[in-house]
Amino acid sequence: MSTDTFPAGRPADRLRDGDQPADRAPSAAARKAGGVAGWIDDRTGSAKGVNYLLRKVFPDHWSFMLGEIAMYSLIICLISGALLTLWFVPSAGHTIYDGSYVPLRGQQMSEAYASTLNISFDVRGGLIVRQIHHWAALMFIVGLTVHMFRVFFTGAFRKPRELNWVIGTVLALLAAIEGFAGYSLPDDLLSGTGIRAMEGFVQTAPVIGSYLAYGIFGGPFPGEAIIPRLYSAHVLLLPAILVGLFTAHIVLVAVQKHTQFPGPGRTNDNVVGYRVMPVYAAKAGGFFFIVFGVIALISALFTINPIWAYGPYDPSPVTAGSQPDWYMGAYDGALRLLPGWLEFSFLGFTMSLNIALGALVLLPLVYIVVGVYPFVERWVTGDDREHHLLDRPRNNPTRTGIGMAGIVAYSVFMFAAGNDIMAIKLGMSINDITWAFRIGLFVLPPLTFWVTKRICLSLQRRDRDLALHARESGRIIRGADGSFHERHDALTDHERWILVQHEPVEPLQLTPDVDENGVARPAARKDRLRAKVSHFYFKDAVNPVTPAELAAAHHDGHQAEAIEAPFDYEGIEGDSDHTPGTGGQGADTDAGRSEAAERGIGSASRLRE
Amino acid sequence: MNEQDSQPTGGEVTPTGEFGSGAVRLDQGHVIGDGGIPARFENPGFPPHPHRGTDLDEGAAKRAERVVGGLFILSVLGTLGFIVAYFAIDSDATVFVPGIGMTNALHLVLGLTMAASLLGIGLGAVHWAKTLMPDHEEVEMRHTMRSDAEHRKEFGTILGEGAESAHLTRRPLIKYAMGGALGLFAVPVILPVLGGLGPMPGDDLSVSFWNGDQEEDGKYPNKPLRLMRDPQNTPIKASEVTIGSVFHVMPEGLLDLEEHILEAKAKAAVIVMRLDPDDIKVQKEKDWGHQGIVAYSKICTHVGCPVGLYEQQTHHLLCPCHQSTFDVTQDCKVIFGPAKRPLPQLPITVDDEGYLISKGPFKEATGPSFWERGSA
Repeated sequence: MSTDTFPAGRPADRLRDGDQPADRAPSAAARKAGGVAGWIDDRTGSAKGVNYLLRKVFPDHWSFMLGEIAMYSLIICLISGALLTLWFVPSAGHTIYDGSYVPLRGQQMSEAYASTLNISFDVRGGLIVRQIHHWAALMFIVGLTVHMFRVFFTGAFRKPRELNWVIGTVLALLAAIEGFAGYSLPDDLLSGTGIRAMEGFVQTAPVIGSYLAYGIFGGPFPGEAIIPRLYSAHVLLLPAILVGLFTAHIVLVAVQKHTQFPGPGRTNDNVVGYRVMPVYAAKAGGFFFIVFGVIALISALFTINPIWAYGPYDPSPVTAGSQPDWYMGAYDGALRLLPGWLEFSFLGFTMSLNIALGALVLLPLVYIVVGVYPFVERWVTGDDREHHLLDRPRNNPTRTGIGMAGIVAYSVFMFAAGNDIMAIKLGMSINDITWAFRIGLFVLPPLTFWVTKRICLSLQRRDRDLALHARESGRIIRGADGSFHERHDALTDHERWILVQHEPVEPLQLTPDVDENGVARPAARKDRLRAKVSHFYFKDAVNPVTPAELAAAHHDGHQAEAIEAPFDYEGIEGDSDHTPGTGGQGADTDAGRSEAAERGIGSASRLRE
Repeated sequence: MNEQDSQPTGGEVTPTGEFGSGAVRLDQGHVIGDGGIPARFENPGFPPHPHRGTDLDEGAAKRAERVVGGLFILSVLGTLGFIVAYFAIDSDATVFVPGIGMTNALHLVLGLTMAASLLGIGLGAVHWAKTLMPDHEEVEMRHTMRSDAEHRKEFGTILGEGAESAHLTRRPLIKYAMGGALGLFAVPVILPVLGGLGPMPGDDLSVSFWNGDQEEDGKYPNKPLRLMRDPQNTPIKASEVTIGSVFHVMPEGLLDLEEHILEAKAKAAVIVMRLDPDDIKVQKEKDWGHQGIVAYSKICTHVGCPVGLYEQQTHHLLCPCHQSTFDVTQDCKVIFGPAKRPLPQLPITVDDEGYLISKGPFKEATGPSFWERGSA
């Protein structure tokens, strides 16, 4: 969008058509920057690419910051983690603690635990780095999860972004594993209990379980191999993959250009927002410091993982209320809910589905289901177009319902991991709470789906209502014949657009099983399934108001919301033949006041290249 | 031009003959107009741009400048505070924070000054961007992701010609030999990794320290061992085990091991309780105990957490990890929770001096289930 460079008040200075503005002399700052940039460009030729990046446009919306929170938390983890490696000793070798934390002095413990105590008590500022690392890790996974919700509910995963959705899903899975490896490293009693449980899961893998466990632990549990192995995964292997995938994720965002929410002037073919230089750089760069600052603030005030309170790991003692970090909670919760009868033996072998299902199956399953969703939805809709405009969640009630049901199912598992804490805090029976979760797992997700879908449909109907009848002004007008009606304040075209911009949808029609010659079509069965699923998605779709319907609404003062065609389009705007007060219940709007001239601006934004 | 994105038009409209021959009623459901009225609304274009206070009022802009500058100065002060605190505050000093409690002063001040240092920069930059930097949104056009047909075709051609000019299609020996080589080259990398990860489990999961060291003929001595308090490592007299008491136990000699103490303990940990013999409902449990004193593996049969919670009144053992509940009066049968198998019982008796000793090892593998546990 070109802006007026020259003062409007001085017509003599204005350029005539075809004139080129004279080059202005570069400012001192520009010359200085140009000198350094010139030096680099002479050697790399990077000016063109960098210019492109600096001029890139990013749309603005608060929900786009969620991914940024994840990104910045990851960077903070990398920085603080690099510092921790300076002091942490990744060894299960035994040592006697002689540091400054008195209660544990003289105790036998692993070097990993002793060095973590050392970081917490004897390295000045070490505790704040440790706390920032742990809080940033939690924030990273919270950020990426909520970011994932945003992408899901707005349909940002649709073509061409399916690939990036899959990359993001893998990132989410790896982040959880990275987190588990990280909080297991200090080798305190709590994390040791977590590793113990992990060994238990692995051991229940059919056929190869014990071999797998002895392979991972380098012998019997706990052994001395697991700490160095987790360490190498935590600081080298997983971060390398995380950073690589994360880079690919960001590059794809830049290449595909960010999605944007629908709005006046925003189309599927443009991207409206601020250029990187200077606005977006300042906002995004500033936001990094805000995220970092908030994490530092939380770390200063709220202690996370006080490993000194747990003591060193020993397979015999245990603390009540042993919970993993939240992102592993769902799988721990699943283990609490699965009934024991799922373990059985056949042919002399033991099959422990009560454990394998919750840990070995559920964890990958969550991410597989998430990862394939875009492909399922695309199969249902058969939509092969590129989508750069986001859906408002209400405008796809079935998807929003599915997403909410999924979140609720996950949450039931997650909160089930806190059943013991709830039992204590609420003074309730743990058995009752566990049963409530077991039942909730089957009842709550379908219920959530139904409620969410209904809410979405009502919101859509309200949007329709608003678009059709505008806002009730509260002003009652008496007509010449003594009748009363309420005046409705009109929406401007810009206000209405957001309510009517989305595409109408309808379920796929079932095609006949046989073609016109009576020959069975081989694809018929698949089509039937697809039509069924499509029906599930779209059968009760509430579609946006069309101009014809708005025209009809303007006429509903006459008779039962009907109009006699022909009706010219300008009539919607002009409202010329509308006579308020001729019917009793008529809705009267000021829609006509919006100027047709404004619609002219729209044509500029729909320029296509 | 994004040809995929054309507005849906007449295709969805039921043709109704002549222009304007159909009437539209709102109670007909979703209606798309015909001829005279477009099927959908058109994007009205950008709304008028509202100006910010700082655009119109130099005073407001000055204020914004001062706020941004102030925030950056706050950051500098935070950094200076951090440096001072780092050197000035004693590591052991504590301070009371309302709502949080006693906390380490150095940690608290370092965190707060660091937060001020970071938040000053962040909030300053964002406020600057929002008040003084241009607030005109710009428009960039998108292009479809797919390359144009020419480039796609060229890509196929290059690949095809490349393979052709490399004789890949004409000389199948090379093709298949290369496929085999590439398919197998990872084996030398992976095999040592797999082979070196750890030893084979053998019967290791099925025996414990209570079995004693394996002898040359592969048998275990299964000698009686005293039950020792954990962690004091002192023997327990049967008379000390009163009704309702609970003892955490490890086998005699475990701490004398030169290494692998934790590994041995992870399988051999035992919990000892005394019940009124009349409360015990299972004869085997009575037989393997001593006057109502019974010893069970402390390692949960679910995923291996220690079953550390004993309810005196109900004689239930509860695993704090996943709440499997074992009833000690019924041979530690699972009465609630995700575990399936009862805790294995350790047969015990007393020696001449009245100390509790094992009568033999566990008769089955302790700890979590595994595939071949039944066969061992």
